[in-house]
Amino acid sequence: MCICGLAANPEVQNFERANNTVPTSLAQCGVQAQFEFLNYLRSTRFYILLAIMATIGITIMAVMYVYKPSTSLSSPMAFYSVWWGTIVNLCVILTGIFFGADAISTEFQNRTGYYLLPNPVRRSSIFIGKWIASFFASAIAIGFYAAITIADGAIYFGSSIPYQLGESFVFALFYILPILGVSFFISSAFKNNSYSILVTAILLLFGFNYITPLITALSNSEPWYVLTYGAGIIPNVLSPSGYPDHQVMIAGSTSYYATIPEGLAIMFIYFVATTILGITLFEKNDFN
Amino acid sequence: MASSVPSIEAIRLTKEYNSFTALDNLNLRIEGAKCVGFLGPNGAGKTTTLKIFTDLIHRSSGKALINEFDVHSDKKKALAAVAALVETPEIYPSLTPREALMIIAKHRGVPSDIRNKKIEEALHEVHMEDWANKKVGKFSKGMKQRVNIASTLLNDPEIILLDEPTSGLDPRGMSEVREMVKNLKKRKRLIFMSSHLLSEVMDVCDEAALIDHGKLLVYDAIQNLTSRFSGGGSVLEVGFASPRVDNEAIETIRKIHAITSAEMLDERNLRLKFVGNADTQAEILSELVSLNLGVNSFKTSSSALEDVYLNLIKENV
Repeated sequence: MCICGLAANPEVQNFERANNTVPTSLAQCGVQAQFEFLNYLRSTRFYILLAIMATIGITIMAVMYVYKPSTSLSSPMAFYSVWWGTIVNLCVILTGIFFGADAISTEFQNRTGYYLLPNPVRRSSIFIGKWIASFFASAIAIGFYAAITIADGAIYFGSSIPYQLGESFVFALFYILPILGVSFFISSAFKNNSYSILVTAILLLFGFNYITPLITALSNSEPWYVLTYGAGIIPNVLSPSGYPDHQVMIAGSTSYYATIPEGLAIMFIYFVATTILGITLFEKNDFN
Repeated sequence: MASSVPSIEAIRLTKEYNSFTALDNLNLRIEGAKCVGFLGPNGAGKTTTLKIFTDLIHRSSGKALINEFDVHSDKKKALAAVAALVETPEIYPSLTPREALMIIAKHRGVPSDIRNKKIEEALHEVHMEDWANKKVGKFSKGMKQRVNIASTLLNDPEIILLDEPTSGLDPRGMSEVREMVKNLKKRKRLIFMSSHLLSEVMDVCDEAALIDHGKLLVYDAIQNLTSRFSGGGSVLEVGFASPRVDNEAIETIRKIHAITSAEMLDERNLRLKFVGNADTQAEILSELVSLNLGVNSFKTSSSALEDVYLNLIKENV
């Protein structure tokens, strides 16, 4: 029996090539981001996240109105330190869970990857495009929370807004980078949305927050390798008594506070490392 | 305008999953304007092959080339002139078909001045104009598959890779897809289509590649295949308008040049074996018509391909 890899009569004809020029990978990132962002804006999850943030804001607003805590209302800095400083890191983490935790795993589980990948577009362009869309969706959510914060602050302090709130807002936007980096990386490691979301939520909500004090207590050393330690600059910059010293002795034990350059460096390194790892995993995984 | 021959080629292409070998040194080169059916039983390696050619999975070894470009090291060039439909893709549920097609059109670089026109044409081709602005999330599987098929028509691709394209469609949809494939053939495209429906392959394809256990069993023109594996002749099925073909008529038919055997399948259908090519086939038809027996259908037998398929699969076990 003849087992041949060429047909006996290959019909060779001239073709008129379609006049398409495949866009650059950068342009394809933009295309992916555009439609992914549209998808987010139309998704229920986007409005659920805004509702959660509104609920947090309204709750704090009500507590302030009913109890009128003298410390928090003593100055704009003290007010925004409580209103913004204690909550915004949680808000950023929530955006990571909502817009990053299943961003890549869904391509496998929901089979949307089968629609996108068989095209002349690199997997890394799809990854980066999705990441950009998640960043903008997250930034809108954080901006929404900032608007609620400032609206309530205006009731008590009018237009007196400390510039440190602006700094803290910029740092919070910067914090979205590593948070999405981590969540995209975890999402790339799974082909199942439930596992991906669960692991991301546990790590971001509990893991880092427990690791920092535990390591500090056990080793009495600076936890410079923990993301949430670096993100401490977001509330610290709003401290009413001024930015805390790097090391503070309290009751015989040392507490560490990341300096602003150190905090930014930690967040940036997390962002770069997890993004590279995430893209690498997405490039390697098979759509079985 | 550039002129060349589109091609897809697997060179010692292998895919292993732990101890299971899904593709085993597959060598296959297809080039030119034609439709090639990719046949094999479940688990033979058809979808694995198409997934490697579309970057959905990675090969373990070997090469997958499209227009001489390696799919994995030079994906953008390899897939620049390709449209593919593998399994049943899902589209972001909050997007409309028009938006879903726009992503693909932009990724493929369909020029902006004709993008909307191309999208409208593709929607028209799959009869989805009325649904163009509804969200895909509410669509049935068949409707989604129509949008998927529309996406393959956008950039007037030279090469179309289809993995069981009629899967999930109702009979009307299946028929429409086959017509679309035939239309693409007329536009001189290279179509590589996996299917487990032999009649579908017979209907739309010029050639067939048979695969089993990840190995190519045979690749040839369908007529050659049926000829080589059915006792030295091709097989035709002839239908008659009324049951008036008696033994005398059959004897007359047997005497027609090139016919080696003739047997009634039922009172209106006759199975003919003959030795020859397409011209011989035309001569036989002409002779049959001249006998005034009321011939109302005349086609290459799909059961002949089925015989080839089953024989080869059996031999390979």
